[in-house]
Amino acid sequence: MGMKTDTYTKNETGLITTRVDAMINWARKNSLWPLPFGTACCAIEFMSVVSSPFDISRFGAELVRFSPRQADLLLVAGTINYKLAPVLKRIYDQMPEPKYVISMGACASSGGFYDNYATVQGIEQIVPVDVFIPGCPPRPEAILDALLKIQKRIDREPSPKRGVDRRHELAEKPADE
Amino acid sequence: MANSEQQKHDSLVERVSARLGARVLETDRSYGDLVFVVEKAAVHEVLSYLKNDEKFDLLLDIAGVDCVKLPEYRERFELEYILYATGKDHRVRVRVPVPEFALDVPTATDLWRAANWAEREAHEMFGFVFTGHPCLKRLITHQQFEGHPLRKDYPVMQGQWCATTSSLEEELEE
Repeated sequence: MGMKTDTYTKNETGLITTRVDAMINWARKNSLWPLPFGTACCAIEFMSVVSSPFDISRFGAELVRFSPRQADLLLVAGTINYKLAPVLKRIYDQMPEPKYVISMGACASSGGFYDNYATVQGIEQIVPVDVFIPGCPPRPEAILDALLKIQKRIDREPSPKRGVDRRHELAEKPADE
Repeated sequence: MANSEQQKHDSLVERVSARLGARVLETDRSYGDLVFVVEKAAVHEVLSYLKNDEKFDLLLDIAGVDCVKLPEYRERFELEYILYATGKDHRVRVRVPVPEFALDVPTATDLWRAANWAEREAHEMFGFVFTGHPCLKRLITHQQFEGHPLRKDYPVMQGQWCATTSSLEEELEE
């Protein structure tokens, strides 16, 4: 009897057979390289997620990069003002596909309590966001939860095609949760 | 207020009124600080006296005030220079009423280099024009921003989109 799961089958010879999609998604979701775009206290909370008590490396996303060209998970942690908006957009544009965005905390998601002439009222106006995390700042567990949601999403992604954003196809598929 | 503080205030008021006379319109106390109310035309003379003769060697800040919603005021705007004498441990403020349609004020950058950024901030937030300032550009808001956000008639929640990043090289060269 072989072992059968959703994504692969293991037979008596010890070989694993799977689909290319599933394998690539599996590899991809377990090695996200986050770029922390930290502008406020949320970034401090992210530091604690990376450190040993919470240890984001259990989910394969511990390799923090500060170059957008080496990262595929943009983590916007903090207040974004109008002066910074073109910078954030440019950093997002420089990241190679496929790329994901987490909007962490009240400020990044909605401007927080900074409802004034200087602060962008939510980064969704600048870059497409995959997961919003509420909180001011959010608990580290909430960041791990967001990461798991991104991973779940990657698992369902259609056949990857380099350089082409196909997430609109995903939107047509029903979510499995 | 401590007695020595009071003496410092009194002796400064005496010297200033002996030296500058009618150029100081009014002397006031506010939260323990001495305030000289000065006409716009005399502001540079008063500041330069306070710096060179009274050794107020530190310009702590320049604050702008939009008085339009206050019950009574001299002119629509006020500039407030906050000075500090490190040798005497003495703080003083110079208040300058600025009319709404004559926003030009002589710069203080020749007295304190710290005035450079403080004046740029007052310029963008209230629209004061500091004549003689070496680089009177916006400091905090972005370069495409229009209007003066700390004026009472600016809708405070109205943001303005910035589409381009700007180079800071020009400022590094100063």
